[in-house]
Amino acid sequence: MAKPSAAATTIAESLQLRAGGYAISGELTLHSTSRLWPACRAIDWQGQTLDLAAVTRVDGAGAALLFELSQAGAQLQHLSADGQRLLQALNPSQPLHIPAPAGELPLISRLGRASSLWLNDLAEQISFIGEAAAAFALTLRRPQLLRRAELWRQCEQVGANALPIISLIAFLLGIILAFQSAIPMRQFGAEVFVANLLGLSVLRELGPLMTAIVLAGRTGAAFAAEIGTMKVNEEINALVTFGYRPMNFLVLPRLLAGALMLPLLAIWASVIALLGGAIVLQGFGIPLATFWTQLSGQVTPLDILTGLIKAVAFGLVVASVGCLRGLSTGNGASAVGASTTRAVVQILVLLVVTDGLFAVVFYHLGW
Amino acid sequence: MQPAIQVRGLSCGWGERLILRELDFDIHTGEVVTILGGSGCGKSTLLKHLIGLYPPLAGSILIQGNELVSADNQAREQILRMIGVMYQSGALFGSLSILDNIKLPLGSFSPLDTAAIDTLARLKLRLVGLEEFADFYPAELSGGMQKRAAIARAMALDPQILFLDEPSAGLDPVTSAELDQLIRRLAETQGVTIVVVTHELASIAAIADRAIMLDKSIQGILAIDTPAALAAASDPRVAHFFHAARPARAGTASVL
Repeated sequence: MAKPSAAATTIAESLQLRAGGYAISGELTLHSTSRLWPACRAIDWQGQTLDLAAVTRVDGAGAALLFELSQAGAQLQHLSADGQRLLQALNPSQPLHIPAPAGELPLISRLGRASSLWLNDLAEQISFIGEAAAAFALTLRRPQLLRRAELWRQCEQVGANALPIISLIAFLLGIILAFQSAIPMRQFGAEVFVANLLGLSVLRELGPLMTAIVLAGRTGAAFAAEIGTMKVNEEINALVTFGYRPMNFLVLPRLLAGALMLPLLAIWASVIALLGGAIVLQGFGIPLATFWTQLSGQVTPLDILTGLIKAVAFGLVVASVGCLRGLSTGNGASAVGASTTRAVVQILVLLVVTDGLFAVVFYHLGW
Repeated sequence: MQPAIQVRGLSCGWGERLILRELDFDIHTGEVVTILGGSGCGKSTLLKHLIGLYPPLAGSILIQGNELVSADNQAREQILRMIGVMYQSGALFGSLSILDNIKLPLGSFSPLDTAAIDTLARLKLRLVGLEEFADFYPAELSGGMQKRAAIARAMALDPQILFLDEPSAGLDPVTSAELDQLIRRLAETQGVTIVVVTHELASIAAIADRAIMLDKSIQGILAIDTPAALAAASDPRVAHFFHAARPARAGTASVL
């Protein structure tokens, strides 16, 4: 720690050590204090005087520095009236309130908290499924409760508007699958069976799954963001106070749109993927007629049905998780972002889990 | 002494739609000036032009003697460092605590080290009476506290001019009066020029040194004067604004 000596010493650009104490000259402003602050912290100010007669201007940052020095024990002298006014506004006799940083919770507490959050989330999801089922049952009894215009609008947004991106992804998927399969199969002269492989994998598995994954990013995120923003803006509260049920008003049209549109999109995606595969196989010398013969010999209506059943379930997963995350949005813009991210991640996980469950069920049914 | 804000021939509007035409006025250093007028007269439009959010259709705006309208990017940044703005909704960043809301501009636009920024940000919160709530997020605060936190953030870089857009909007009379006291105290202790957009008569009387009254019918300034002089003005439009009577329900007039 520096102590005053008889000779004047420049400690920082405008801070001097003189006989009897320290002195600051020039401006004490946001920019000039950046160099002074570290220099002043290195000094033991207890019982020291600080002469401020040569200070020409003080702003809020300068006053903050003087506050800190005053708290450290410095006796401020000859501060201008403006500087005193700024310093007094900061109440320099009162120490700054800095709460101790919250310590990390013990492992058992963190586990408990995480489990509690997980259980609450699970309860929320079960409750949502129950409410949605009740709303659907009520709508079956009283069809006038369903907002048909909203249902068609959602069908357009979920289905028709997604056609270009679904078509592109499905076409590329068909091309890639056909290429990757045809090259090794050709070693055995079996490239003609790529059509069988494509038919089964696309219609039973990849068509519905890829469509659902695209819709998770496109539709699930949109549902979560739209309903989340409505929640933040208290539009959901406005609906409730009018006597509307958010489940009927907002969720049901989206759930139905998801369940209706995803199978249609999955069929479209499968057809486009097969088209892509057929074009590639033509390059391998397999004409379209042969491709079709192989395909129709392999694929049964049951394969198409399993794909469609999955697609309906995937549509419900995408729409319900998007809506649920939207409805459980907290406050503020960041909460909408968090809900959207959670919705997409949760949809992707649930899609894989649902697909796995279907695989087991279909295996036991012999489908 | 040059005015803090000098406006000459300023015309504002959106696209083809003219809202304010050929405004001329000065705001002096250290003054608290309110911009007032009925709904739709262009108060917020004028404010958004004064802070450089929108380019005017014509005219000039000098901030501390620096032309804002024709400034290049570098000069514009320099001018923007001289002003602080509190938006009507507070516009605090919801993902940050209010302390971090204040630290954000300090970290980006001041050369101070982390410890100094922390002290300075906490002292800004002390100025507005929110020191104890430093680690709270905006959503955890009441409307009045959010407004005060937004003022603290607007003051973070020690601006020479502070613009406040409808600070009392949506607040109860007690909270609104406390906010008025805070604005007045900031003007007196920090030496900052304050421009407040408001139509709250009680606020105008409590905080303003002068008031600029806009009027939709003339698309311009109806009067510039002290609140007391405006309240006593003979112009029927000014008088109507200040003394517009609301019919009281029978039996309530004596209570209120």
